[in-house]
Amino acid sequence: MKLHLKVWRQRDADDRGHMATYDVDDASPDMSFLELLDVLNEKLTVEGEEPVAFDHDCREGICGACSMVIDGQPHGPEKATTTCQLHMRHFSDGDTITVEPFRAGAFPVVKDLVVDRGAFDRIIAAGGYVSAPTGSAPDAHAVPVPKDQADRAFTAAACIGCGACVAACPNGSGSLFLGAKITHLGEMPQGQPERNSRVLAMVDEHDAAGFGGCTNTGECAVACPKEIPLDVISQLNRDYLAARRARRRSA
Amino acid sequence: MVLKYVMAASGAAMLLYLVLHMIGNLKIFFGADALDSYSAWLRTLLEPAVPYAGVLWVIRVILTVALVAHVASAIVLARRARAARPVRYVHRQPVQGSYAARTMRWGGVIILLFVIYHVLDLTTGTLNPNGVHGEVHSNVVADFDPSRWYVTLFYTLAVLTVGFHVRHGLWSGLQTFGRSNALVQRSLKTFAFVFAAVLVVGFLSVPFAATFGLV
Amino acid sequence: MTTYSDFTVGDPAADRAAPDGPIETRWERRRFGVKLVNPANKRKMHVIVVGTGLAGGSASATLAELGYRVSSFCYQDSPRRAHSIAAQGGINAAKNYRNDGDSVYRLFYDTVKGGDFRARESNVHRLAEISRQIIDQCVAQGVPFAREYGGLLDNRSFGGAQVSRTFYARGQTGQQLLLGAYQALERQVDAGGVTMYPRHEMLELIVVDGHARGIVARDLVTGETRSHLADAVVLASGGYGNVFFLSTNAKGCNVTASWRAHRKGALFANPCFTQIHPTCIPVSGDHQSKLTLMSESLRNDGRVWVPARKGDDRDPNLIPEAERDYFLERQYPAFGNLVPRDIASRAAKNVCDEGRGVGPGGLGVFLDFAEVIGRLGRPAVEAKYGNLFQMYQRITGEDPYQVPMRIYPAVHYTMGGLWVDYDLQSTIPGLFVVGEANFSDHGANRLGASALMQGLADGYFVLPSTIGDYLATSGHDPVDPDHPAVLAAEQDVAHRIDTLLSIKGTRTVDSFHRELGHLMWEHCGMERTEAGLRKALDRIPELRKEFWENVLVPGTGVELNQSLERAGRVGDFFELAELMCLDALHRNESCGGHFRAESQTPDGEAARDDENFSYAAAWEFTGRGEAPVLHKEDLAFEYVAPTQRSYK
Repeated sequence: MKLHLKVWRQRDADDRGHMATYDVDDASPDMSFLELLDVLNEKLTVEGEEPVAFDHDCREGICGACSMVIDGQPHGPEKATTTCQLHMRHFSDGDTITVEPFRAGAFPVVKDLVVDRGAFDRIIAAGGYVSAPTGSAPDAHAVPVPKDQADRAFTAAACIGCGACVAACPNGSGSLFLGAKITHLGEMPQGQPERNSRVLAMVDEHDAAGFGGCTNTGECAVACPKEIPLDVISQLNRDYLAARRARRRSA
Repeated sequence: MVLKYVMAASGAAMLLYLVLHMIGNLKIFFGADALDSYSAWLRTLLEPAVPYAGVLWVIRVILTVALVAHVASAIVLARRARAARPVRYVHRQPVQGSYAARTMRWGGVIILLFVIYHVLDLTTGTLNPNGVHGEVHSNVVADFDPSRWYVTLFYTLAVLTVGFHVRHGLWSGLQTFGRSNALVQRSLKTFAFVFAAVLVVGFLSVPFAATFGLV
Repeated sequence: MTTYSDFTVGDPAADRAAPDGPIETRWERRRFGVKLVNPANKRKMHVIVVGTGLAGGSASATLAELGYRVSSFCYQDSPRRAHSIAAQGGINAAKNYRNDGDSVYRLFYDTVKGGDFRARESNVHRLAEISRQIIDQCVAQGVPFAREYGGLLDNRSFGGAQVSRTFYARGQTGQQLLLGAYQALERQVDAGGVTMYPRHEMLELIVVDGHARGIVARDLVTGETRSHLADAVVLASGGYGNVFFLSTNAKGCNVTASWRAHRKGALFANPCFTQIHPTCIPVSGDHQSKLTLMSESLRNDGRVWVPARKGDDRDPNLIPEAERDYFLERQYPAFGNLVPRDIASRAAKNVCDEGRGVGPGGLGVFLDFAEVIGRLGRPAVEAKYGNLFQMYQRITGEDPYQVPMRIYPAVHYTMGGLWVDYDLQSTIPGLFVVGEANFSDHGANRLGASALMQGLADGYFVLPSTIGDYLATSGHDPVDPDHPAVLAAEQDVAHRIDTLLSIKGTRTVDSFHRELGHLMWEHCGMERTEAGLRKALDRIPELRKEFWENVLVPGTGVELNQSLERAGRVGDFFELAELMCLDALHRNESCGGHFRAESQTPDGEAARDDENFSYAAAWEFTGRGEAPVLHKEDLAFEYVAPTQRSYK
């Protein structure tokens, strides 16, 4: 396959950045999109140019490192697929493909397609956990968890923290990521004692990090490679309201 | 985050008003007297416990507050959204959510302009060709005279915009107040659509009826 | 001049921390024996943890909970992305919730036997004991394990175990356990107990007066290298499967942290023990950058076969039953398609070597679900394996409901690693090694669902107990940042980076890495021979020399430079590769994942040689390309008598 790539190049955080055009003549339909970039980078290196920097690690769709917007869509055109599992057979010979970084104020570009998603870690640090110091745990069967609750918790917990939801959101909101963790821990009995403080702290951190507000466009859930359902945001809203009421009562 | 609730609550207040407004409008199909006396009744409502037009003014104040809150939070949210994406995409496919979701902001601006015109037209009568206070029926019929087709067209566009706005707004508000989950999401969307459609039909029936001389 | 393969044998490696007495009470007695650190003093003690996977993440969180000051390093942009996240199957625990006869002793027994009698009994027993606490701990963190309708935890049998002791969270158990550890870690970051250094790579160990006292790390964003000093260093940097270039490891997984410690004096044990997993998606072309594992559970229902006739390239659905060879069922009638990983892998390799492999390059065998789809119907198969079938289709573009899957073995896990004693301390005092990075618990072959168990056992429970003993007794003064050992380590790093950048040759890092990987796969992969290993030992130094003369690393050292990162890692892989081949050459027996063609039973099975090789081989570095020194740690089996494994 012959492909034309328009790739965002940006030297570092302070550079303005621009789109650069490259041709790859020997792409194979069996390649993943990242392998296509590998081929491009080998070519650029030998030609004495700087290869394109991009984040990637497990290349099997679970670590959440890969993070580019391909032809206007985070992780590209295939539904429920991360960039590393997107294969070139979904493109046609001669296609022009644009590749950009995830764009959000809270995800500043580090270089080329690499962005800093540390804000997600800070949101988790603010409250996205159950305080269970090692050694303090009762027997695993001490508290039964209804299966449907455990299943819903799992569905939300499947979030890989890639940030595609933010990249897709017209408001640059991280609400799907936030809602996924709120729903995961909120469904588990172990998550109840900190349920109110968790949502208040995480929302504060989310807003402080510079993410936008949710206007329920639903774009995030469409872009999510793990198909986290939109209702986690509804859960987030409900929990937040309840937590504020509880705070007022105790004040 | 709090702004979302402001947005939803103020939207809900205005939506409730829209429903009452539409029901009132439909009085036109019961004849000129029905409409005019309904208008008069609104002013004398709860008299003498409250002064003349007291209830109306209470409603007006509530609506103004809701409108200001709604617009203000929309502005803040929009500014935050802009700040949340300082560098725009070179190539980004259109939003995959509904058309309604995409047009909330510009739709809102159009609706705001329409409301100003609408108040000057049919509340104060300033821009109305008849413009006599209390003669609601005559004012409406004069307004949507076939010769003034452009007014009817403008009303139609504005009401359709309201429909879109309500469709996404209602669904969004239900999400915001946490009354949604995976099971009912589809039915909520359908509900919002039907609700918006009823409003559109209800509101448009009046000007069209006037234009085509049915009332 | 002696060549590399003329290694010498040094003093035996001795595990001084190991308690004796009845095995059931060894861990209890060791825990009682360790000196405790006064809580007020813990705040003054600083521990560096490299790696944030299951072992490193859980260790960092737990140490901080105990009150130590922790600095945690990972090369990824977030600690949540460590490759533990990709583990699919599950985690073993001897809970016996099924009442099916499981016990700590049975898990201990299975693991010693599964490791083909090349692991320490004491360590394995401790692992089996702790397995139960791990599940409790993870449940308390809110990990959404699979549950039954009664609300209790579900279990499955895994990897040929005869009891159901595997806890799981759909096909993403590693992800859920890692997120539990990650969240505990972030909680400590917020509380100020842990300072997190993401996008930082450890490039050197700092040893002062014989003790590990810090690391030199490079900030991968700015390129700045600097020293981080501490009272102890914990390596949790994972395995070295990427020496083969193609493996199921993440692209960034590397041996650099371990190898730098090895060069500074830490012994490296059993490097040739690598696990080849039988059910991976085959290579599709030269562009292939990694291999993807398909869960082992597929072998519960899929039937493995190849055409009986060489070169038969008909559509598999058109090949009649009579012309198919279900080779696992034929060779191992008792276990059939469920034989352990090493055996299934080698059998697949053998039929491909005979020219009966399928798919591109003849490197693949069929895993066929037609029979089970016919028997249970498509919906039942979909419910069980739907997500795996989807993943397969996404990668290969073929529909496994219609056409048999193609699978081929791939490097998956490395049992070898830095040698540690019972306390998980390496031969450098103050340097502890946890998780896949150490060599301790799996012997020559790891059983399914045991890696997660070991990582978390080390990080949550073992290390936090044993490191205190070192910290309480060592009593260090702070290291002067201008100490000659610190400056020397910094200079070494700077020199290495400068060298890599200044070669400006003509070959890319990846092209060297691919060639090295190919060489290792050919000669130090599923089947090893003396001739092949000697060939590799000849070729590796040549290739390494070429690398250091002709590698092309673009860009500079003061920016994000992914080529430079890879170059440093590949440079270390070259040295490790040589040691792996030597270890494989010297171990003239077959055991677990290590199959020497010279040592097999008449019917082609692995033949262990307990008389000569019942030891862990711990190697001492003497210089690049210089013959290393072998220190043997003899393994005694007091509880589980060594027997030949048989799956016929």
